[in-house]
Amino acid sequence: MGELQIKKQSKKYDAVVVGSGAGGGMAAYVLAKAGLKVCLLEAGPMFDPAKHSSQLKNAWESPRRGASTKFRPFGDFDGSFWGWQIDGEPFTTTQGTQWDWWRARMLGGRTNHWGRISLRFGPNDFKRKSIDGLGEDWPISYEDIKPYYDNVDKLIGVFGTNEGLYNDPDGFFLPPPRPRLHELFIKKAGQQAGIPVIPSRLSILTKAINNERGSCFYCSQCGRSCKVYADFSSSSVLVIPALKTGNLDLVTNAMAREVLTNNEGLATGVSYVDKTDLQEYQVSGKVVILGASTCETARLLLNSKSQRHPNGLANSSNAVGKYLHDSTGAGMGGFVPTLFNRKRYNEDGVGGMHVYTPWWLDNKKLDFPRGYHIEYGGGMEMPMYGFSWGIESMNGDYAVNGVKKEAGGYGKSLKEDVRFFYGAHVGMAGRGEAVARIDNYCEIDPDVVDKYGIPVLRFNVKHSDYEIKQAKHMKETFREILHNMGAVITWGDKDDEKNMWGLNPPGNIIHEAGTVRMGADSKTSPLNKWAQAYDCKNLFCVDGSVFTSQADKNITWTILALSMRTSEHIVDELKKQNI
Amino acid sequence: MDRRDSIKALVIGTVTAGTLLDACKTEDKKKTGDAAADSKAAGIEDRMPEEVEYNKELQAEKFFTDHEFATITVLADIIIPKDDVSGSASDAKVADFIEFIVKDMPHHQTPMRGGLRWLDLQCLKRYEKPFRDCSSQQQIEMVDQIAYPRKAKPEMQQGVTFFNLMRNLTVTGFYTTKIGYDDVGFVGNRPNQWNGVPPEVLKQYNMAYTEKELKECISYDKA
Repeated sequence: MGELQIKKQSKKYDAVVVGSGAGGGMAAYVLAKAGLKVCLLEAGPMFDPAKHSSQLKNAWESPRRGASTKFRPFGDFDGSFWGWQIDGEPFTTTQGTQWDWWRARMLGGRTNHWGRISLRFGPNDFKRKSIDGLGEDWPISYEDIKPYYDNVDKLIGVFGTNEGLYNDPDGFFLPPPRPRLHELFIKKAGQQAGIPVIPSRLSILTKAINNERGSCFYCSQCGRSCKVYADFSSSSVLVIPALKTGNLDLVTNAMAREVLTNNEGLATGVSYVDKTDLQEYQVSGKVVILGASTCETARLLLNSKSQRHPNGLANSSNAVGKYLHDSTGAGMGGFVPTLFNRKRYNEDGVGGMHVYTPWWLDNKKLDFPRGYHIEYGGGMEMPMYGFSWGIESMNGDYAVNGVKKEAGGYGKSLKEDVRFFYGAHVGMAGRGEAVARIDNYCEIDPDVVDKYGIPVLRFNVKHSDYEIKQAKHMKETFREILHNMGAVITWGDKDDEKNMWGLNPPGNIIHEAGTVRMGADSKTSPLNKWAQAYDCKNLFCVDGSVFTSQADKNITWTILALSMRTSEHIVDELKKQNI
Repeated sequence: MDRRDSIKALVIGTVTAGTLLDACKTEDKKKTGDAAADSKAAGIEDRMPEEVEYNKELQAEKFFTDHEFATITVLADIIIPKDDVSGSASDAKVADFIEFIVKDMPHHQTPMRGGLRWLDLQCLKRYEKPFRDCSSQQQIEMVDQIAYPRKAKPEMQQGVTFFNLMRNLTVTGFYTTKIGYDDVGFVGNRPNQWNGVPPEVLKQYNMAYTEKELKECISYDKA
């Protein structure tokens, strides 16, 4: 690095977008389709599912049989590059706190990783403070965002059913797949307990919606990304089509360092380090749009200090980094003895559950303020690393083909046991809403930089009683469902108040939101109702950072709808020369 | 694209990506050279450079001694022998998998190395030979001491713990091969049309789809 200099791109873009995930990808798509000149910065390499997916590989095509590595924590075939750690890019936590932070570095960001669960927020989810007095109301209502949800449904595709549930609104759904066998058991068990089990809502194309994308062929591997684009990834559905307009320049391996501002305090562009040549670059645009992910966007703003923005950009409210909250998570599972020795057939289905449970109770009658939904798994899944692990704790308790055996063992008898138990397991996990609180936050660690010299985040997040009581309720629900199914519980049943009822650590569910929230009051929120910075009118955020509050839903569909809404607003404002 | 087209696109698109779709198996071999076959065997295609480097390093290392490797091979074939349904652990190259996985997961290294040594010492005391040189009858006698966690003698506990790990690695290593998939009857991981649980299975469990499900869900019933 003998001659370090900053290379300024001469081209002036209408917009510079940071991050190519759901939020950034949608912004790039809307703007490029509207004819604007867009530059999209992505911190990882190019990724096209059609070329790079591990779809349809068998376990033995991985030397570790699909086990995880630090490069792919969800397994060797998972679509996501990196995850809980990235070499050379540390983060820190304050003493006595834990934060798990998933970072994908590749085109499409974390949409390469997620479960395709695509749930709209409902009317109540935008007005939680009015309902329970906690947190803050959004500056928009369901009616404001509904047209964008509708358009996202149609543009991207999602299967599900219209159930007429007030807070789990209907949409434009493709037909869902029929439930699998264990899912029929779950549905029946739920009915007995008064717990609804309805078709899941996943952004997977059970029918083709255009000529660019194929339809699902039921390999159950959406997590690896889809070679025929039959599920939603930001790369295949948004960025690659946007590139075809000719209006989008994609810069990969570009790690954003700072948002640049001028003397008036307006954004002028973004500086970044190119990870391949380690040179410093600047790209300028009329508008800067951040979709770097909830915490990376906050980091970028806090690192963008100037005379006009001494506290970090868009941070006169001092709220950037605050109100950080993830979905809660807890799980339980076991196996269903009536499924032992079951008939074999291809049960793969789509990538994920065919049924789920939306939140069904009234929190006014409970001792915790926010709800959760339940996700289900099980069945005759592909054998991968870990297959039949721990069989010695199972094969002594159940007669195999009528014969009770001694636990453990080996030989032909053991092979018989493996065949007998295969496909009988079932599991479930709750995903709940945590309350956004000012004392859960990320900030710049004053002592630590990453390998590019960019100051890193330090996290300070803890669960509160609200989340802990919710997890206790989840466990009671899971136990009831499993009991009704006649299942034997083998994991998740030993939790109590000492371990917060088995709550996953904050960040672990990978639904974090809230660090640059929208709000009606510029004194307490960095962004207005268009996700436009109060302090800097040509700066917008389009990822999970803008959420005023979570819901008992996965956040991707709402990121997409909000990004579409903000991006269309930007197109209008640029046309009117307001920004 | 309709489903037929998308499956066609998939098959074409994966020739270079090297999936094991039967349709493109032979073609695949012809089109890609030895180098590509090598990288495929090493599981390093379509990986980040950091992953390629890491996998190469692991492949180049050797962890188990020849004696340890031979002992693992004998044990694995005791755990998974050939039967009427499928072949043995050796047929599925389970020892090679165990050699790789302990390099990839170092937490298995000491329990495996130490456990093998523990076993050899037990056999030296009993039969004056290391495990692999014992007769088949002696090997089974020894294994019977450590293969049943709930009835093993307390002084055999370390051996039980080792054998549990050995059993788990062997079972996982065997059932994650083609031989293992066929043995357990796994018939997924191929393009198909999900049309719900087969009717005879629904009947077996006294289940049925509701009118609502039959109306709303995607159907591939033949008209």
